[in-house]
Amino acid sequence: MNIAAAANENMAHTSNVLIYSAMAVYTLAFLAHITEWVFGSRSAVGRTAAAITAEARPAVAVTVRKAGGTAVLERPKVVTRSAPGARDDVPDGPGAAGGSEKGDLYGRIAVSLTVLAFVLHAGGVVTRALSVERAPWGNMYEFSTTFGMCAVGVYLGLLAARKNIRWLGLPLVTTILLDLGLAISVLYTSSDQLVPALRSPWLWIHVSCAILSGAALYVGAVSTLFYRFRDGYELRLAAGKTGPGILEKKLKGLPSDAGLGIRLGVRLQMSWDNMLSRMPSAATLDKFGYRINATVFPLWTFTIIAGAIWAEAAWGRYWGWDPKEVWSFITWVAYASYLHARATAGWKGRKAAYLGLAAFGCYIFNYYGVNFLFGGKHSYSGVE
Amino acid sequence: MAKTDSTPTTEAQEDAAAGARLSTAPAEESEARGQVVPGSFGGVRRPGALGALAWTGREVIGWLRWFWRQLTSMRVALLLLLLLSLATIPGSLIPQTSVDSVKTDTWKEAHKTLTPLYEKLQLFHVYSSVWFSAIYILLFVSLIGCIVPRTWQFVGQLRGRPPKAPRNLTRLPAYTTWRTDTDPEQVLASARKVLRRKRFRTEAGDGSVASEKGYLREVGNLLFHVSLIVMLVAFASAQLWKYEGGKLIVEGDKDGFANTLTQYDDFKSGSLFDTDDLPPFSFKLKGFTGSYERTGPQKGTPRDYAAHITYWERPDGEARDATIKVNEPLEVGGSKVYLQGHGYAPKVTVRDGKGNIAYSGPVASLPLDSNITETTVLKVPDSVDKDGKPLQLGFLGNFVPTLDLRTGSMASVFPALDNPHLVLTAYYGNLGIDSGVPQSVYKLDTKRMKQFKEEGGRKFARALKPGESLTLPNGAGSLKFDGISNWATFQVSHKPADLPALAGAVAAVVGVAGSLFIQRRRVWVRAVRGADGRTVVELAGLGRSESAKVPEELLELAIALQGDAPPVAEEPAEGGAAAEEKAEAKTEAEAAEEKAEQKAEEEAEAVEKPDDATAEEPTRTADPTDSSEGARA
Ligand code: HEM
Repeated sequence: MNIAAAANENMAHTSNVLIYSAMAVYTLAFLAHITEWVFGSRSAVGRTAAAITAEARPAVAVTVRKAGGTAVLERPKVVTRSAPGARDDVPDGPGAAGGSEKGDLYGRIAVSLTVLAFVLHAGGVVTRALSVERAPWGNMYEFSTTFGMCAVGVYLGLLAARKNIRWLGLPLVTTILLDLGLAISVLYTSSDQLVPALRSPWLWIHVSCAILSGAALYVGAVSTLFYRFRDGYELRLAAGKTGPGILEKKLKGLPSDAGLGIRLGVRLQMSWDNMLSRMPSAATLDKFGYRINATVFPLWTFTIIAGAIWAEAAWGRYWGWDPKEVWSFITWVAYASYLHARATAGWKGRKAAYLGLAAFGCYIFNYYGVNFLFGGKHSYSGVE
Repeated sequence: MAKTDSTPTTEAQEDAAAGARLSTAPAEESEARGQVVPGSFGGVRRPGALGALAWTGREVIGWLRWFWRQLTSMRVALLLLLLLSLATIPGSLIPQTSVDSVKTDTWKEAHKTLTPLYEKLQLFHVYSSVWFSAIYILLFVSLIGCIVPRTWQFVGQLRGRPPKAPRNLTRLPAYTTWRTDTDPEQVLASARKVLRRKRFRTEAGDGSVASEKGYLREVGNLLFHVSLIVMLVAFASAQLWKYEGGKLIVEGDKDGFANTLTQYDDFKSGSLFDTDDLPPFSFKLKGFTGSYERTGPQKGTPRDYAAHITYWERPDGEARDATIKVNEPLEVGGSKVYLQGHGYAPKVTVRDGKGNIAYSGPVASLPLDSNITETTVLKVPDSVDKDGKPLQLGFLGNFVPTLDLRTGSMASVFPALDNPHLVLTAYYGNLGIDSGVPQSVYKLDTKRMKQFKEEGGRKFARALKPGESLTLPNGAGSLKFDGISNWATFQVSHKPADLPALAGAVAAVVGVAGSLFIQRRRVWVRAVRGADGRTVVELAGLGRSESAKVPEELLELAIALQGDAPPVAEEPAEGGAAAEEKAEAKTEAEAAEEKAEQKAEEEAEAVEKPDDATAEEPTRTADPTDSSEGARA
């Protein structure tokens, strides 16, 4: 083994250590987030959040811009209002910490830990790239670690842009841990070079766009999913099926011989609704999911086109209905359907949300399903 | 009371007018109207044949119109898109002839009962099947039917002017107001200036200015949909006029390849391509180099392939050298030559029983695995035994680039030529070549042949290194393993309309980005002298869809406008400023609303401290950087 190879081996080892460390820190962030949510569920604001939501009057919809510090006191106020009758005006929940200071502290700790883990994670990806002397996207292990890194990056970026996204922390960190766990256990492939067909500048362009699209679409899909949950919660609230005291009353009112299962069910419902009451409103989540998906759609379109150009260079045809190509196309059409649905009467809201989730399902299937189930020219999983 | 009753309707109408023509999307039919099938279009049927004819005509035209409207509605476009994505799935689950014909044939062998059914359903060529084509053709008819009227409508909108300000600006999604000492006319004049500077189209009204911006959104949307059509047409013409074929060439082969139909191992062309139009280029394979990963878990994975060729653009042209790599095809005569695969061809010399050369040259061999263990078949039809009687010979075995006997297997352990061996057994008898049934050169039909036996009765087999020979039993002849040549497979392909397809694709990306990132929105400014002699300025904004940008932009405009129309200090009850103006027209509901507004403002202060956020009124800060407004990069 020559010196360069030894250096690469070292670098690959460093990369692995960094990824493991990132996982450890993500785990701490996960615990901190859990603590944040637990404190939040006990806080007074958390408990009354449901009341605020319940009493939102649909028609008023007054939103007030408050001038910030003294310097801008003279700025005009812009009043915004949404269409009457829509549930757009249900206010956002108070957030995971539910107004509890301790909860908020843990939330901040969780975010800081996530930043730290992200830095380690990114270091792991970069050292991996250095060790193989190419883009770190040659097999599923590398794809998964980079995908996770991008998803966390998108989340932190949105946080930095002061978007109302902190609620995403817990679900995101959880799935990143799963993603990395899967990557190091099942998908792990040690450093190696690429087959000739994968060596091209288009690798950088096509695959980086694909990963970035996927990571952002993932954030969009989680928003859409929670939109669906929160929407159900708001409807239950409007129907008087949940809300402060209602479930407690139900629990007390249960006959003494009611099974443990039923009691547990009501309690679960209580915690679940308590959690949802602290989330942003359904309208906010829905809009947020839409904006992300809409922002990514052009990028995904470009990804497919870049892939076609690369295929033209590598295999002599820009489109050959290879399973990977088929599923990219299905994903693209599914997202186009989703965008169309949102512009079509009778399809807005839940139906469109289901379409959005199905579209993301196609993306995931394209990634895991196609690599494992079908062969094809794109099989690069590196897993036997 | 009459006034109270009429006000909401006219205001509603005005609101509707303010938002009208903000897009060219087809009018949304209500759920009920969209689905219910109309009863009859014929109307009254007059007696007599003529009456019946007229009625039928109206009926037919009515139905056609109805059908067309349905087809070009957003609802049907959505359903067709969903259908398209579902219809695409089977092609990834069932092997497709056009993608991998060998795999398809194997599958058909293994699924004897399903195959006829699948064949009937055209499931082995989904993407050219009748039902798949029907879906996308309908979708594109719908698309054209949708785009053409939308384009006209858009041209009309470009010619028109932004609609005048609705009476009650406070009802619009974003609103702001202040009072100033500047004259109303002057305020409006600077409003126009400010709006123009921000590239709004403006239209002066009575005491107000109407403006609109973001027409490019519509352009982007139309461009995107049109470019989809361009791409489809480009794909279709590529299918009709393309050709592609494969050819295996052995290193150093004197004849090489000339681009004529007979030279191809396999060839496909679109139905409108004339094979006489094949460009007359030719090339030879001078050499081939391949390198492989030597260590690590991916040992044996190819790293680099390069085919070194000499080519002629036309038969009398000059010879040029080139290297074809996997991602770097050769472009010649409007076609591209791609490097597709690679393997080894052992070179042998076979002598018959009389010692004459019966065969000399490379032997067709096909790789079996990634380490390039190959099956090798050699048929020697023109051979004689030691007595001079005709005796056809057949050799069958493996070529192994790196043999490692310690593994106890005949399979190669590495794809490079580290320890090459040719392992052969041999047959004699009738090769069946003359039976008239075409035979594969890679398969030996041993039905009418016998395998050579060793003296002890064991089956005859030898492993040869380059330079070594084997001698067949009974003086039937000998075979010398002379050496090894590389071979490479090339794909020659020509696809017209690549450029239009690429242009369409680029336009699609640009268009859809414009369509999704640009907001079409309107802003109205009104300035009137209030009862106290001061000017009341009102600004309101309306976007086509949910947008965080509209209030943000309104704020910027307001700030810009305040440069020319500075606000005067407000009395505490500022919210009433605008309301005073229209006190007569105010309904009770509105009065309540305004109260709520004031209250909300007061509570907005309170919201600062999270612990006090038990507010009963819904308050939401609409700070432009409001986190709840989501991401719109
Ligand atoms: C060929 C398949 C089609 C694809 C892939 C497609 C894709 C898209 C996409 C991605 C958008 C989102 C852009 C935006 O929201 O502004 C969009 C918008 C739109 N599409 Fe299509 N489309 C197709 C066919 C059609 C057809 C057949 C129609 C007409 C019936 C149509 C009418 C529209 C309209 C009106 C919009 C704008 C919606 C809005 O303003 O929000 N499209 N389309």
